Amino acid sequence: MSTSAQPPFTNREVVIQPSTEWFTIDWRGLLAYRDLIRQLVLRDFTAKYKQTILGPAWFFINPLITTVMFTLVFTKVLNVPTDGVPPMLFYLCGMLGWSYFAAVLGATGNSLAGNANLFSKVYFPRLIPPLALTISSLLSLAIQFLTFLAFFVHIYWFTANPVVQGPGWRWLLYPLIVVHMATLALGVGLILSTLTAKYRDLGHIQGFLVQIWMYATPVIYPLSRIPGKWQWVAHLNPMTAIVESTRLLLLGAGTVEPKQYLLSVLLSVGVLLVGLFSYQRAARTFVDTV
Amino acid sequence: MPPIIEISGVSKKYRLGQIGMTSLREDVERLGRWVGSLGRPAAPAAPAAPDSRDFWALRDVSFSVEPGEVLGIIGRNGAGKSTLLKILSRITEPTTGEIRLRGRVGSLLEVGTGFHPELSGRDNIFLNGAILGMTNSEISRKFDEIVAFAEVDKFIDTPVKRYSSGMYVRLAFAIAAHLEPEILIVDEVLAVGDAQFQRKCIGRMQEISHGHGRTILFVSHAMPTIRRLCRKCAVLEGGRLLGVYPVDEAIELYNRHIGPSGLDIEVTTRQRDWGTDGRTARIHRVRVVSEHGLRFNETFTVEVEIESSETIDEAMLGFAFNTIEGQRILTLDSDSEGHTFTIPPGRSTLQLTLPRLPLHPGRYYCSTVLGRGKHLFDAIDGYALWEVHTGRNDWESDRGYGGCRLSPTIAVVPSAACPL
Repeated sequence: MSTSAQPPFTNREVVIQPSTEWFTIDWRGLLAYRDLIRQLVLRDFTAKYKQTILGPAWFFINPLITTVMFTLVFTKVLNVPTDGVPPMLFYLCGMLGWSYFAAVLGATGNSLAGNANLFSKVYFPRLIPPLALTISSLLSLAIQFLTFLAFFVHIYWFTANPVVQGPGWRWLLYPLIVVHMATLALGVGLILSTLTAKYRDLGHIQGFLVQIWMYATPVIYPLSRIPGKWQWVAHLNPMTAIVESTRLLLLGAGTVEPKQYLLSVLLSVGVLLVGLFSYQRAARTFVDTV
Repeated sequence: MPPIIEISGVSKKYRLGQIGMTSLREDVERLGRWVGSLGRPAAPAAPAAPDSRDFWALRDVSFSVEPGEVLGIIGRNGAGKSTLLKILSRITEPTTGEIRLRGRVGSLLEVGTGFHPELSGRDNIFLNGAILGMTNSEISRKFDEIVAFAEVDKFIDTPVKRYSSGMYVRLAFAIAAHLEPEILIVDEVLAVGDAQFQRKCIGRMQEISHGHGRTILFVSHAMPTIRRLCRKCAVLEGGRLLGVYPVDEAIELYNRHIGPSGLDIEVTTRQRDWGTDGRTARIHRVRVVSEHGLRFNETFTVEVEIESSETIDEAMLGFAFNTIEGQRILTLDSDSEGHTFTIPPGRSTLQLTLPRLPLHPGRYYCSTVLGRGKHLFDAIDGYALWEVHTGRNDWESDRGYGGCRLSPTIAVVPSAACPL
């Protein structure tokens, strides 16, 4: 008999019946399975780079290659302006407001169909795999941040750039942006999971969706490039305020009004609620249709 | 003390045709019709006729289990055993009814669920344990026991993709066996591993139930194991509960109920297996045409009616016979020697003939697949229980047991040819 650790369900009566509530989150279940979240996060880290030669170095290499490519294509060839910020720093900072979103969306967008084997054999709260992926994607974000920091230090202290501002209290707000990104990404990911569970074809479209979304968001160009009277359209995309705020907080370059940011928050929370609702609903009987 | 499991009025409805996904087009069309009907007054509601596509896998099942009981669940294929276990394990919801579980549930519907091939045995113990609902500290505490039980100590830091299948299964069962929930739900996972390991697993289950006073629900086709582990059994038939009886009565009832099926079976609406959906090509009907049914050592001929949406080249038809205990005894794949055939679009009938049926007289479950190479278009598992009768010229049927009997040729070689 176990004496020390308390097993998840002891003294708890579980009632199984057809669901009648239209929106529930099993907080106690999630809490009971918190070790599973931890294990899945660890698995993501180790399994991802176990077979590669460079291993965790890819965390550094990926954002660097992307940034170098952006600099070459958009600054050198296409002459896209960067609001006076050195291009490498501009793109690295833009990616800090984008890649995590893209990574979480890509990872959680097929949470039902992708876990069909697991879900049809064992029960645990179905929200756990997408939650674990949302957490494990933080590691590459952290490393990206370090890469950004290296460039930032170099440019701020060793080159005289008039636009880039020094680090300040504003940096402390960046984690809130990360939470904001996670909210939106998880929400969209859950909605996509629900849809792909039903229409498998959508799985193929997801990659394009992320790309198109990136070009519709001021990641590789500044928001100031969009004519003033059209900027409200850009702000219908909740990612616009996120990316622009990231630049504003970290570099002091960018324009976001509080009401635009608030709109983005409201949209993101709304998307997450819709995602949670549709995902939980689909997960209840998903295994009957695989 | 209240019962640890209370099942009251549980039913589960599946909708045939919903197995697999609806197509986007279908849904768009439905949406179009709905929008089109918005302006018009609502049509008089049609009486809720039972949809012929509805299929009740469970119908109004109620029983309860006392703490410490080991309850067997028996019934033939399709009786609803797996559905009941899935509902009890919270993998799917019942359509109606309610279940109360007063304790932590661990269910073992498959061993090694969620194993990651790249991770070491050690990492997988923690991962799989967590998937089954164990906390980290619990797993750490039982880690050595699990490794010892699985007999994999030398390979504990090797990725499990390098494990032999035996080691893999042993490790997987070992983790599950140390789950120690108040209620353990086990579905025939014991059918894996070698005989010695199976004995060890059964021993472990007895230990869990007797030593630790846990409640176990055990589904199996293996009556000897059921007899050994359980004192009471729930017997399911056609989705309904025939009752909960002492094990001997239950097994007798089961044997009476699994009378052989007819020799002409419609399978259009049967459950599809092994991930097939029967959409490209579907098996509709299987009919034994041999005059006297199935007889040992005589010609076995079946006709299989199929329907295909396209021309299929290089097709194969496969028949398999399993014992009641679930052991594969005979496989007849039409392409084992490379011969394939072409299926025209539309309905057609395939005739399969085996000049001499080698199956020892007895009862066997039959499965049929239609495919091409490794790809299966349609597969129906255990849709018929057929009795193989003694052949007319067979005088030795009581000489031994076993699955197949064939008659080899014997040549008497003069011993002079073999110098000692």
